[in-house]
Amino acid sequence: MFLTFLTFLPLVGAIALAFIPKEEEGAIKQTALAVAIADFLLSLQLYADFDTTTAAMQFTMDIPWITDWGISYHVGLDGISLLLYIMTTMLTAIAILASFGVKKHVKEYMMAMLALSTGMLGVFISLDFFLFYVFWEFQLIPMYLIIGVWGGPRRIYAAVKFFIYTAVGSLLMLVAIIWMYFHFHETVGVFTTDIMLITQQINLDMIEQKWLFCAFFLAFAIKVPMFPFHTWLPDAHVEAPTAGSVILAGVLLKMGTYGFLRFNLPLFPLASVEFLPYVCGLAVIGIVYGALVAMMQEDLKKLVAYSSVSHLGFVMLGIFAFNHYGLQGALLQNINHGITSGALFLLVGMIYDRRHTRLIKDFGGLAKVIPVFTVCFMIMTLSSVGLPGTNGFIGEFLILLGIFQNQMGFAIVATSGVIFAACYMLWMFQRVMFLEIKHPENEKLTDMTPRELCTMIPLIIFVFWIGFYPKPFTKTFDASIEHLITQVEPKKTHESPGGHHAAVATPVKMAKAEAGLHETH
Amino acid sequence: MSFVNLAFLVPLFPLIGSIINGFFGLKIGKDRVSWVACTGPVLSFIVTLVLFAGTLFHTAGTPYPEQSLFTWISAGNFHVDFGFQIDPLSLVMMMVVTGVGSIIHIYSIGYMHEEYSYYRYFAYLNLFLFSMLLLVMGNNFLVMFIGWEGVGVCSYFLIGYYFEKKSACDAGVKAFVVNRVGDFAFLLGIFGIFKMFGTIDFTEVMLAAPTTLIYNSEAATLITLALFVGATGKSAQIPLYTWLPDAMEGPTPVSALIHAATMVTAGVYMVVRCSALFNLAPLTMMIIALVGGGTALFAATIGCTQWDIKRVLAYSTVSQIGYMFLACGVGAYTAAIFHLVTHAFFKACLFLGSGSVIHGMHHEQDIRKMGGLKDHFPITYVTFLVSTIAIAGIFPFSGFFSKDEILYHALMDGNVIYWGMGISGAFITAFYMFRLVFLTFHGPSNVDPHVHPHESPKVMTLPLIILAFLALTGGLLGIPLIHGWHILHNWLEPVLAFDLETALHASERMLAEHGHHTSFAEVLHKAQHTSHNIWLEITLMVFSVGVALAGIATAWFFYIKRPELPGKLVKGQWGFNLVENKYYVDELYDETIVKPIVKGSDMLWKQADVRGVDGAVNGVAWVISFLSKIASSFQSGFVRNYALIMVVGFIFLMIVSQMEF
Amino acid sequence: MVPLSHYLILSATLFSIGVLGVLIRRNAIVVFMCVEIMLNAVNISLIAFDRYLNQHDGQIFSFMVMCVAAAEVSVGLAIVISLFRNKATVNLDELNLMKW
Repeated sequence: MFLTFLTFLPLVGAIALAFIPKEEEGAIKQTALAVAIADFLLSLQLYADFDTTTAAMQFTMDIPWITDWGISYHVGLDGISLLLYIMTTMLTAIAILASFGVKKHVKEYMMAMLALSTGMLGVFISLDFFLFYVFWEFQLIPMYLIIGVWGGPRRIYAAVKFFIYTAVGSLLMLVAIIWMYFHFHETVGVFTTDIMLITQQINLDMIEQKWLFCAFFLAFAIKVPMFPFHTWLPDAHVEAPTAGSVILAGVLLKMGTYGFLRFNLPLFPLASVEFLPYVCGLAVIGIVYGALVAMMQEDLKKLVAYSSVSHLGFVMLGIFAFNHYGLQGALLQNINHGITSGALFLLVGMIYDRRHTRLIKDFGGLAKVIPVFTVCFMIMTLSSVGLPGTNGFIGEFLILLGIFQNQMGFAIVATSGVIFAACYMLWMFQRVMFLEIKHPENEKLTDMTPRELCTMIPLIIFVFWIGFYPKPFTKTFDASIEHLITQVEPKKTHESPGGHHAAVATPVKMAKAEAGLHETH
Repeated sequence: MSFVNLAFLVPLFPLIGSIINGFFGLKIGKDRVSWVACTGPVLSFIVTLVLFAGTLFHTAGTPYPEQSLFTWISAGNFHVDFGFQIDPLSLVMMMVVTGVGSIIHIYSIGYMHEEYSYYRYFAYLNLFLFSMLLLVMGNNFLVMFIGWEGVGVCSYFLIGYYFEKKSACDAGVKAFVVNRVGDFAFLLGIFGIFKMFGTIDFTEVMLAAPTTLIYNSEAATLITLALFVGATGKSAQIPLYTWLPDAMEGPTPVSALIHAATMVTAGVYMVVRCSALFNLAPLTMMIIALVGGGTALFAATIGCTQWDIKRVLAYSTVSQIGYMFLACGVGAYTAAIFHLVTHAFFKACLFLGSGSVIHGMHHEQDIRKMGGLKDHFPITYVTFLVSTIAIAGIFPFSGFFSKDEILYHALMDGNVIYWGMGISGAFITAFYMFRLVFLTFHGPSNVDPHVHPHESPKVMTLPLIILAFLALTGGLLGIPLIHGWHILHNWLEPVLAFDLETALHASERMLAEHGHHTSFAEVLHKAQHTSHNIWLEITLMVFSVGVALAGIATAWFFYIKRPELPGKLVKGQWGFNLVENKYYVDELYDETIVKPIVKGSDMLWKQADVRGVDGAVNGVAWVISFLSKIASSFQSGFVRNYALIMVVGFIFLMIVSQMEF
Repeated sequence: MVPLSHYLILSATLFSIGVLGVLIRRNAIVVFMCVEIMLNAVNISLIAFDRYLNQHDGQIFSFMVMCVAAAEVSVGLAIVISLFRNKATVNLDELNLMKW
């Protein structure tokens, strides 16, 4: 019940905003912020009450909804979704605080933000396919509006691209869901859309799993976004308002990786193992490709957007490492990326507000003019580079450690991503912050306001907290990861035939590799 | 409560100093900034001495104490503690880092006092010390890696301290990126170690190494090679040395602390720390020795042709670290650490001395515009000379002892080639170092008449005197010849002890389990029959002193006796041009690596991404909109057209329904 | 008794006249009247079938059609009038606002 309350609180807030006259912008902003902050603070209670020893769903609520079709309102949280949930409430609050400078249609903007929050939170808690799909599509609309109404000059193009691209993927997922719904009825005899039930009892052969995997894969890969489905991301980010970018990078992308963890792996373990080399290949391409393309960007937001492609490649790689290190790293990197990219978008937004440009060549020498901003930017840059002691390192390290145990080749290529990350981030940092001031407009820039500092400080705290003491975060994952691994493992070992399967090949190959390593020359 | 529980204080003090100066530096004023900045390292040094005293009473044979603060990362069966290791090896490093670090902090007060962002400098410098201490104190690879990257990023900030200069910024980025290339390999090495050992704790790995890794196996070679590539990045060895000369863009005390005394020797420390692994990989050892010896010789030749006082010293640093790796490569880890320590003394002194000159010459660094400065800089001159003699390896200065130990081991445990590289490097070192001294301090003055050279204040000369004294006497740590006098050797013995015989037997057993029967008896035999030949050692010493003196004499001849000669000799010589342009290695890297990547990335973005991938996406959209345009042409807006289509369709359907198939 | 086919032929003829009128004429009023002709053609066939099959659904249904036709005429004429007020024409070719 509490979870439902938390999830719908922002929507209630959005409806409440409708009754405030739109001239009273101050009241609207404050109400929206109060709702978001309340939601965040209350969601911390979930962390306090969370039982880290079990992989079972917690805070569940299951009431029948459309009984004839077996649809119910079933929600709950486990280790995979808990931190994503809390991060969503936090980023919503920060995003709303960061968008106090919105000029037009303030009321509608805040309503869209709050509605978006409910949509995103709903995705993470849904344990019913129908409900999940409703939320999955629901959050598209406010985001579409935020980009399309409050965005930059090419906002319509970007919004439509974002919407259609995501919708195409999710429609395929819908087809797959419906197919599973009927398949489940044929084999088990029950009409149900309950995710937990279907995951436990559905019996799919290899061919079916492959097709369904592909349908789900497309939906989530677009959302992540994985190479080559990533091109909506730079456009959407560049055109979206700052808060939109923050939410987009921080939460929306995580829905893709969350989908892989919640659906693809447990539902289609055979296909997951079968497709592992391809997915890992795309992830590794994404890492290197995203980094190289990011290096050449002239627009700060695009640079951060492409760096997201690279970072999310790491997350995907961790998920498909299929071991504890990789999965834990992937889950942590999800959070890290939300914090770091969110912060970078906020920072880019701040200088955009002052200079109305995001082109790197229009800056230079800012370090002297706005020192506080520089420090914040530096911390986030280093976190994005994955410097040890910041959050980025822990995630990347665990992911690479995990993938190295199974897929050494991918691991080596992926690790080279750390070099390119240093190249593009530091080069950008140098051109923006260092050197001499070339443009006289930059000399009069004002440093961060207290409100802007308020948006950054929590994120900076998390950067170092996760960097030096990640245990409070990682301990929530453990039980769920163990459970997830057991869901994938047994099926992959005794069902898939032949040695050419990557799954079976992994232990065999490892043994072989080790034996090979012992040979002397 | 054991004394080890104080260990966390050592890195903590500089961290506190860094935080205070970083956040409040501008408000509290320069004097307080200096106090805060220097108190941290000095306190750390004192705590290190306490730890050292405690370790003196350590019972032989028992494991050295570790302090574990908390579990840092835990995933599955991967557990890493945030822990410190206090053993003889880390103590040596800690003393060098905090000791030399404190001296350089004090020196910096004088050198940097005119700077506006004085606080920023000290915040970085303290942060550097913090990272460096994590590096040397960490009890596992990951804590070491925090320090490893931490010093890299501090170095990036400090090289780019004058961030308005493009060359400084570029040098900073170059340093960080090249270091990252090394770190990439280091990471892979860590992954490999975890895969083989299931842990990354130093003590556990080193204990398990002989029974887990097979001697000369691929795994051992690859892991150690990866670690070594990591070390070449940080320690500026071939092929990753190019960042260090550029790093001289930073303030001179930074060059002394980071790019001479401490950070760049981290690679040597790491190799020595992992000596148990390297001992099992003879192939890697050979590569290390060759790279080390090669770098020693290669960088020394470049040093002869440089005109920037700091660049000469930079190449000299690269070259000296090459010696340390040469020592590691032949298994003489003590000698490597010994040279590391003495090098920290004399090279820090040299850099600070050059800083003193640069300071007194109003930031002039070109030695062609110096000359005859010894009267203007009496203290600097004497200390600089002492250190130069030390680096040249003249008895009884510290460099003599450490360098000769390396050369001796290169010959005895290695072969004539290693020794040949070392001894020719020694000749060139003596030559270019005295060339530097003669051009700077002797001969006619070429000083710009507008510049009025003046000796530096006490706060700068005192550190010079201390370091020069250490450079003079540091050799006492390792008096050769008589077994038992070599203090450093005895001190490090427990850490470096490695039983090759047991390891080889274990390897044979493991191979037998896999069905291979190989005997390492030959290896063992060879290793056990390298005896200590005292007369050979004495002969070598005399010889190398002679070589060094010859180098000095050559320098004297060319730069004091016949100063016009060098210019004539080298004019138009392609060989000299090659060396003077640093063998065009920077240009080579630029052309073969940097430019292709930049160009490729640009292509990737503009062609592959915008046209290819996004073009495909937009292409799909275009096709659909094209098709719908065709479809929409039926939608004329005239209802009668729709009606007509309906009627036609209806008639068509009627006809079809009446047809008999 | 007149056979059923006569009625149906009449109905079909009227219906075709109506369709042609709708398709060919440009004047909205005339098009409207043609629609009425088509409706009445349907009414004829409804009544004819009613009689032929001896069921009374057809009569009821033809009343229904008349009612709908009446309602449609009132709404339709209202639209035509308002169109005429706005555009000063009832020529259908000139009313192409909905064209893509």
